[in-house]
Amino acid sequence: MFNRKLVALLAVLAMLFAACGGDDETDATTADGGDAGGDELTVGVSWNNYNEERWAKSDEPAIKAALEAAGVGYISTDAGSSVEQQIADVEQLISQGADALIILAQDGTAILPAVQSALSQGIPVIAYDRLIEDPGALYITFDNVEVGRMQARAIFELVPEGNYVFIKGNQADANADFLRGGQQEILQAAIDSGAIVNVGEQYTDNWDPAVAQTNMEQILTQNDNAVDAVVASNDGTAGGVVAALAAQGLDGVVPVSGQDGDSAALNRVALGTQSVSVWKDARELGKSAGEAAAALAKGTALGSVSGTVVFDSPGGNAMTSILLAPIPITNANLQVVLDAGWIDEATLCQGVAAGSVAGCP
Amino acid sequence: MTEVPPGGAEQIEDEIETKGRSFASLIRTLDIDSRLLGMIAALLVIWIGIHFMSGGTFLTPRNLWNLSVQTAAVAVMATGMVLIIVTRNIDLSVGSMLAVIGMAMALLQAEILPDIIGFGHPFMWIIAVVAGIILGAIIGGFQGFIIAYVGVPSFIVTLGGLLVWRGAAWWMASGRTIAPMDETYQLLGGGSDGNIGGGWSWIVGIVASIGIVLLMMNRRRTRLAFGFSVRPLWADTAIGAVSIGVVLGGIAYLNRYYVPELLAKARIEEAGGIWPEGGINLSQGLAIPVLIAIGVTLLMTFVATRLTFGRYVFAIGGNPEAAELGGIKTRLTIVKAFALMGMLVAIGAAIQTARLNAAVSGLGQLTELYVIAAAVIGGTSLGGGIGTIPGAVLGALVMQSLQSGMVLLGVDAPLQDIVVGVVLVIAVAIDSFYRKRSV
Repeated sequence: MFNRKLVALLAVLAMLFAACGGDDETDATTADGGDAGGDELTVGVSWNNYNEERWAKSDEPAIKAALEAAGVGYISTDAGSSVEQQIADVEQLISQGADALIILAQDGTAILPAVQSALSQGIPVIAYDRLIEDPGALYITFDNVEVGRMQARAIFELVPEGNYVFIKGNQADANADFLRGGQQEILQAAIDSGAIVNVGEQYTDNWDPAVAQTNMEQILTQNDNAVDAVVASNDGTAGGVVAALAAQGLDGVVPVSGQDGDSAALNRVALGTQSVSVWKDARELGKSAGEAAAALAKGTALGSVSGTVVFDSPGGNAMTSILLAPIPITNANLQVVLDAGWIDEATLCQGVAAGSVAGCP
Repeated sequence: MTEVPPGGAEQIEDEIETKGRSFASLIRTLDIDSRLLGMIAALLVIWIGIHFMSGGTFLTPRNLWNLSVQTAAVAVMATGMVLIIVTRNIDLSVGSMLAVIGMAMALLQAEILPDIIGFGHPFMWIIAVVAGIILGAIIGGFQGFIIAYVGVPSFIVTLGGLLVWRGAAWWMASGRTIAPMDETYQLLGGGSDGNIGGGWSWIVGIVASIGIVLLMMNRRRTRLAFGFSVRPLWADTAIGAVSIGVVLGGIAYLNRYYVPELLAKARIEEAGGIWPEGGINLSQGLAIPVLIAIGVTLLMTFVATRLTFGRYVFAIGGNPEAAELGGIKTRLTIVKAFALMGMLVAIGAAIQTARLNAAVSGLGQLTELYVIAAAVIGGTSLGGGIGTIPGAVLGALVMQSLQSGMVLLGVDAPLQDIVVGVVLVIAVAIDSFYRKRSV
């Protein structure tokens, strides 16, 4: 009896899922696919998981606007975080007549066969934000090494000599080491001369702020609070570091870096407890990809797309790349994130004394 | 040449044996939990080892204070995990529940309640914590219901929960970081003001000492009244004296961790005082999260050993069929155990988010494993029926000592994971070895 009910319930659930899936597909074809058949050029975008807030809010509108400006059509699919689905999606976009592809890869390796098949049909591919290890693709991302340089530069300006702590990202994430490499580039000379001493360096499991906090507490204990600056690799870990510093009354005294432009981190920048948050404006990324895709669809050769450089990937490929420069946000240029509509004034200025920083009246 | 006694090698063996026997008989007379004693010894070995390797930093008052705060959240949750494992179940969803409950409490006090009752309302923290505990009880109870009444294995239900609640935590805020927390709520996490100061710590220590004396007297009286054997009076006195010595000595030592000068100065000037020339030392005292953890440990020990619910839990773990036939409502008991686990996760979540002064959807990743490991290192048998609350708390302390200690030593994160993993397996191996021998 009970079992039969359960089976019925499962069946209903399965049908619901199927119905939802069906909806997505019709969306993709009817809403955007109508103008794909004609002479007009079309760019196909394969999202790996459109449910993440960022893509709908920032990236897609920017891509669409850039394509529209170039007079190129837009079609898209969503793989819902499935590697297999994304491979099928790419084939579908090609059969719908896409003249260039923008792929936000769920898995940069698993997508390779689909990418190679597209390239062999003469359809250019853009690896959007995430690396696809095929030298035939155009890789567009923010320069993570540059993010690390910016973090170190901002802290180095404030603290040209003293004891530095490095709170790195997740050890399994290649970006963690790109960031650390950029930081080292800027500080190397000062470290060699002895002006800067590395008194503590830790990876942060899963970029977990609570882990960063514990690590920072231990480093402060080990050094008896003789820490002059903290280079933290993102805003989450910076939050943990600031909490650990606050317990010693050192928040706002010891400069801390970060990245991502998190609301909480930008608020800390306004409050003065964090010195810099390196911000990657997703709309710039979308715009750049849209422009490049339009150019490629019109037949521009890979290397002739404006702004490309050669990037040696971890997989040993010389990738033609567009590496965008992020913007370091400090208390001197908070207006930038306000003007961009990235954060509202109430969130940015919560708890900030009136008139203490520009941007918070 | 070593001097061989008249009886030769045999006699030496005999002597060793008598010595061994006399130590064992001493332990027996003292009637101390030898497993607990073994764990304390292991903990001391770890502490002293790391202390010397870190150049004398580990056993400073400051680091022990850090350690106590860092252990609090996992210790609180481990006390609940003991009961879950004792009933032959497991809860893998602890870390994700921590994230979702922490996120709910953070949203409540940072975005929802301020519109209704205004920022900084004095009851804000109570509403958030109570709501979190209720949510924890609901989530835990719901999982327990599926396990007990629908009959899905707890491993599967909570594995599902691990994914579901992590996703839910993300959805609740679209992956944003929610900060800052309410000022009073922050005290739950320790931090610069979340401690009770030196004077109150002494009062806690004295109350605890009186409690130890009263408990031991009470135990002695009831056992005598029922005609059970009691320890000799000298043994009780000695154990009592040692316990009180450890409590008061611990407080005296921890009280030597002073409020950092910058904060102390601000605090005194705020109170209208004048900062003296050479500065003065203000004791931090016990941190509030540590007091919470101690309170939970005592309460959970009471629940596990004195309440019918606790006895049912152990009865179910010992033999589910017999418990069922004996008239215990086994299913309801399991639901209650999971609901209790959920409530303890809520307390852990409050400590974590208050300490971090923020909630993020990634909070508590891998925490379920630390909580389970703490319970298991603390002598909880995955076969069910065996486990103690204080053991689990000690287990949590062992794990955190290793982790914090290795950060002091500058050991890289991957190597830390390796060491913790190896210690976990060795601890359980030793435990099962001794258990086999003692049977």
